[in-house]
Amino acid sequence: MNDSSSTLDSADAPEVASNEPIISIDNLSFSYDLGSTNTLRDISLEIPAGKVTAFIGPSGCGKSTLLRCLNRMNDLVDTAKVTGGSISILGQDINAPDVEAIELRKHVGMVFQKYNPFPKSIYENVAYGLRVQGIKNKSVLDQAVEESLQKSALWDEVKDRLDSSALGLSGGQQQRLCIARAIAVKPQIVLMDEPCSALDPIATARIEELIAELQEDFTIVIVTHNMQQATRVSNRTAFFYLGELIEYDDTSKIFGNPTRKQTEDYVSGRFG
Amino acid sequence: MPEETPSTNPFQATSSKRKVKDRIGTVIFACFTYFVLACALFIFGKITYDGAPVLFTSEAPFINTKFFTESPQTLVEFTNGAGELIRMDQTDFTVFKEENPDVTINDEHTFSYSGGGIAGPLVGTALLVLVCMVVSLFIGVAAAIYLSEYAKKGKLVSAIRLAIMNLAGVPSIVYGLFGFAFFCLAPWFPVFTYEVNAETTIGAFKIPLTDGYLSFQGWGNSLLAGGLTLAVMALPVIIAACEESLKAVPGGFREASLALGATRWQCIRTAVLPYAAPGILTASVLGVTRVAGETAPIMFTAAVADKAKMPWQDAQGSGVFWFSDMLTQSVQALPYHIYTVSARLPAHEAINDMRYGSVFVFLILVVGFAMTSVVLRARYRNKLKW
Ligand SMILES: Nc1ncnc2c1ncn2[C@@H]1O[C@H](COP(=O)(O)OP(=O)(O)OP(=O)(O)O)[C@@H](O)[C@H]1O
Ligand SMILES: [Mg+2]
Repeated sequence: MNDSSSTLDSADAPEVASNEPIISIDNLSFSYDLGSTNTLRDISLEIPAGKVTAFIGPSGCGKSTLLRCLNRMNDLVDTAKVTGGSISILGQDINAPDVEAIELRKHVGMVFQKYNPFPKSIYENVAYGLRVQGIKNKSVLDQAVEESLQKSALWDEVKDRLDSSALGLSGGQQQRLCIARAIAVKPQIVLMDEPCSALDPIATARIEELIAELQEDFTIVIVTHNMQQATRVSNRTAFFYLGELIEYDDTSKIFGNPTRKQTEDYVSGRFG
Repeated sequence: MPEETPSTNPFQATSSKRKVKDRIGTVIFACFTYFVLACALFIFGKITYDGAPVLFTSEAPFINTKFFTESPQTLVEFTNGAGELIRMDQTDFTVFKEENPDVTINDEHTFSYSGGGIAGPLVGTALLVLVCMVVSLFIGVAAAIYLSEYAKKGKLVSAIRLAIMNLAGVPSIVYGLFGFAFFCLAPWFPVFTYEVNAETTIGAFKIPLTDGYLSFQGWGNSLLAGGLTLAVMALPVIIAACEESLKAVPGGFREASLALGATRWQCIRTAVLPYAAPGILTASVLGVTRVAGETAPIMFTAAVADKAKMPWQDAQGSGVFWFSDMLTQSVQALPYHIYTVSARLPAHEAINDMRYGSVFVFLILVVGFAMTSVVLRARYRNKLKW
């Protein structure tokens, strides 16, 4: 596509000035049943570039749904529909007709709750995203694989067995491999949906360290049920309740001195 | 051991009547189950008892190789001068008479298709199964991918599924007639041929640089028509099995692949099909095995009782003409051969060897295939854990 307004189509999307939001969500309403009921209602929020933003809230409030709106994974649900408002990423409305979800996803990577490496070798897992983009050059792939594994702090553990199956790794290693796989295509944004919920505390701590390091290169949006985790890893926190955004502020403010009563009740563990 | 005082046992049986009823019920259910088992054992036992001696010999190769290398031919039975009953194949009999012109031959009887071996039917069935497998796998996998990966869930897809399920209930003779009308008679299927058939309606088109034509004259009684009829019959089973295998691939693989910017097809090709393939293959083998045993679908579309040569020996021309001609040859087939020797010939002791031998081989083949695919599937299920 040669439409200059569609920035997402170019592989080298423009750098975003650090004060500008990389994602801005404007009055978004979203429905899983073609508009009969709105799962998300009137959500407006701006996510800054180069920071970690946490989504918190009780189960079923729509955190995952919002996250999956950001890379249009909800397209997979036949009856899903954005019923109002818009989402702009890098200045481009991602639901515009000339935006290709496939191109968008190269810029907005995702790590899932249940670690899901392919039953292929470690190398092939990391190289997967590049291969589907048609990159065949061995040295380019080698370099990308090494770099991604380095960044996801897995290189030293797996460098001698890149060709063995990814399923032989521990759960925490598998999740870090999934992170490596996501960042190998060099997205600007990485979405993480409860990346540690299937892991033990030690593996969780490693992922949290990793998130802190990745923050330098990527904008990270993370969904978590773990309050301590949100305070440890995020700069900004959004609290959702029943499909609505209740409060969105600096993490220290949300956990230290929230404005809304519901937020206070939730972060102090009184409900949820 | 703690002390046991019967009077304090809280689980003491109260009514012996209930117990007796329960016992009788169990016995009745067990009887029915064993009846099924007895039927199966009887079938296998009888066929093995009568069929195995035809295949195995007590001397060196221990296998009756002639049974597998020769095609069926006429069997001749007679009594010689010494009153001995002798049976031999027609060809051997001719030679025998030439070599011994003065031998006495009394009570000469001939039995069609009861001598020789079953090479022709074996090869024919193998080719039919091959055509069926290729076509039904191709169409079945494509349809299953469309239904379970692409199509939006809705009334239309449910209706299509229902239609496919109903296809599984159609009697095999109906498939046979359908195949006969659709593949054999209908003039819209083309063949490469040197001789244009008068049946051709749409026309025959001369192919440049050759003496041949592309003629729309239907396929007649042929390998292709039979294989396709079997394929249509196997489709419901194969589509269902493929869908099941595709569903068994964790959704996480699809999500991970799509989230990395793969297209729908890339996702299916690299993150779904490789993991569904073992299941698809084994289930399809099972489905094809089932239809390979059917007589009715090939009776009108492909099978003949008597054919001297193998299809590739009979085929004319070279290259694509040869291939086309081979595919449009009629063939012998094992189920049809069994039908012929069992049902179309009068009962006679002389035919029994051919009957039981053929059935025994057929049984071994079908059971072998079914077992292999079941074992393979079990093995893949254990191996692929995610
Ligand atoms: N594919 C779907 N189709 C229909 N409804 C859905 C679908 N996915 C989620 N929902 C519904 O949308 C609502 C929000 O779900 P969502 O998964 O976003 O919640 P969540 O905040 O991520 O919860 P959790 O913390 O348990 O993961 C729920 O009521 C859920 O039942
Ligand atoms: Mg969720």
